[in-house]
Amino acid sequence: MVEPAHPAVVFRAVEKWFSTRDAPVHALAATDLTVSEGEFLVLLGPSGCGKTTMLRMIGGLVAPTSGEIAVEGRDLWHNGQRQAQTLAELGMVFQDANLFPWLSVEQNIALPLELKGVPAAERLARARALTRLVGIQGFEARWPRELSGGMRQRAAIARALSYDPRILLMDEPFGALDAMTREAMNLELQRIWLETRKTVVLVTHSIAEAVFLGDRILLLSPRPGRVDMALEVPFARPRAPDLQSSAEFQAIVLRLRHRLNDMAQDGG
Amino acid sequence: MDGPTETPPATLGRRRLTIEAALPWITTPILLGMLIGLWEAYIHIGGISPLILPRPGAVWRAWLEMLDDPRAWHHTWMTVYATLSGFAYATVIGVGLGVLIARLRWLELTLNPFIVATQVIPKVALVPLFVLWFGFGITSKVIVAAVLAFFPILTNTALGVKSIEEGHRDVMMSLNATRWQVFRRLEFPSALPYIITGLEIGIVLAIIGSVVGEYLGGNSGLGHLLIARLNAFETDQMFAVLIHMSMLGFLFYFAIGALRRALVPWHASARLRV
Repeated sequence: MVEPAHPAVVFRAVEKWFSTRDAPVHALAATDLTVSEGEFLVLLGPSGCGKTTMLRMIGGLVAPTSGEIAVEGRDLWHNGQRQAQTLAELGMVFQDANLFPWLSVEQNIALPLELKGVPAAERLARARALTRLVGIQGFEARWPRELSGGMRQRAAIARALSYDPRILLMDEPFGALDAMTREAMNLELQRIWLETRKTVVLVTHSIAEAVFLGDRILLLSPRPGRVDMALEVPFARPRAPDLQSSAEFQAIVLRLRHRLNDMAQDGG
Repeated sequence: MDGPTETPPATLGRRRLTIEAALPWITTPILLGMLIGLWEAYIHIGGISPLILPRPGAVWRAWLEMLDDPRAWHHTWMTVYATLSGFAYATVIGVGLGVLIARLRWLELTLNPFIVATQVIPKVALVPLFVLWFGFGITSKVIVAAVLAFFPILTNTALGVKSIEEGHRDVMMSLNATRWQVFRRLEFPSALPYIITGLEIGIVLAIIGSVVGEYLGGNSGLGHLLIARLNAFETDQMFAVLIHMSMLGFLFYFAIGALRRALVPWHASARLRV
């Protein structure tokens, strides 16, 4: 494989205003951003800091008010239209698994391929391979309601990977799970990422999750949403759960927590 | 590793299911028997004339005679035909318009006063008008059945299309689905349980529509037969027609229930008994 010469995602002065009934809301101030190929980037911040808006703009679900977004070297928007070729490089995972309840687990995973016209046999073979990757083999024929929250989210990850996009966008994917399942899912996500080597952009408001998973953390602050600080996380991969009790890990967590507390005081 | 949810201990769950499934088969005959007993007792104790209330046995014999009578089956067929045709028109127009209304805000705002108007007008009161316009033949019955069944199908379809989860729409949008794909793969299956609820209410109203149409005009159908028996003071035969109609109603209602279990087995409503 030839190493691509361009970054996975580029923001050039991307800004977002939302119009509401009273006053327009400045969701994201003009922001420049470069996400490298294969990087695990975490967007961390309190609610209202624009992290989800940023992610949804990368995913093409929200159009920027001004500025330019490039994905894998191509513009995401052209004449107000999202570019299909660019979108094919993006897979999204949401806080809710959002599996369709009328489709079996494997049909859900194969749905993106079905929309792209991939033949049934081929897409089901792909779906089955993905259930193994995300660790839900044996549940292919079940209804989504028969799975636990963690397993549903695994299926959602498999669905996002089905068409082999280069970038995985995750919006608080484990936010609705209990603490123990969440920690298990963080390990699983690291394993899947190491196996697939996708570029990942993950939104979270959990500091520990951000430090455990990220190569780099962008801390965002609210009103208007903007990047407050960027932080490289130096730990080698794969990272073990025990890492979280190390002094170095705690030092980074503490630094982020202090900055977040300062923000809360400034805002309050 | 987290396991699947909603798996109660197998034996306990299965035993409870067996008892629950068997329960109506035991209680229904008992309650029915008590009802018939009360009916019989009331006639004996009150000295009720068979012209007012025939004995259960007489009604049963009248119904068996009716099942043997080809003319009764002709009337049955006319009612079935009017009901199903009216229901079919109501389904096509109700589902089609319901989808459009849910998707096009301007259409909903434009049509809303008229839809509310058709809802508040007592439609059964319009039946003489339909007879006047469309004659004493089958056409007026089909139209009454369609008009009555239309509204619940329309509103339930519109509700279903509007109840689609935003998160599901986000998935389709992130996959760059076409409008047709969004309809075919998301909106239609998501709205289907609601549509079937509309059909369930609609089929019952369609029977009411065709029977009321037959009461007021023409010389065929079970509604006509019932009025004819009433006018001839053949009360036991009138009751037999009533039972016959009820059986028809059960049949249609269970057909929709079967449709629900076949089309939306994933939905909670498919596991509902009533």
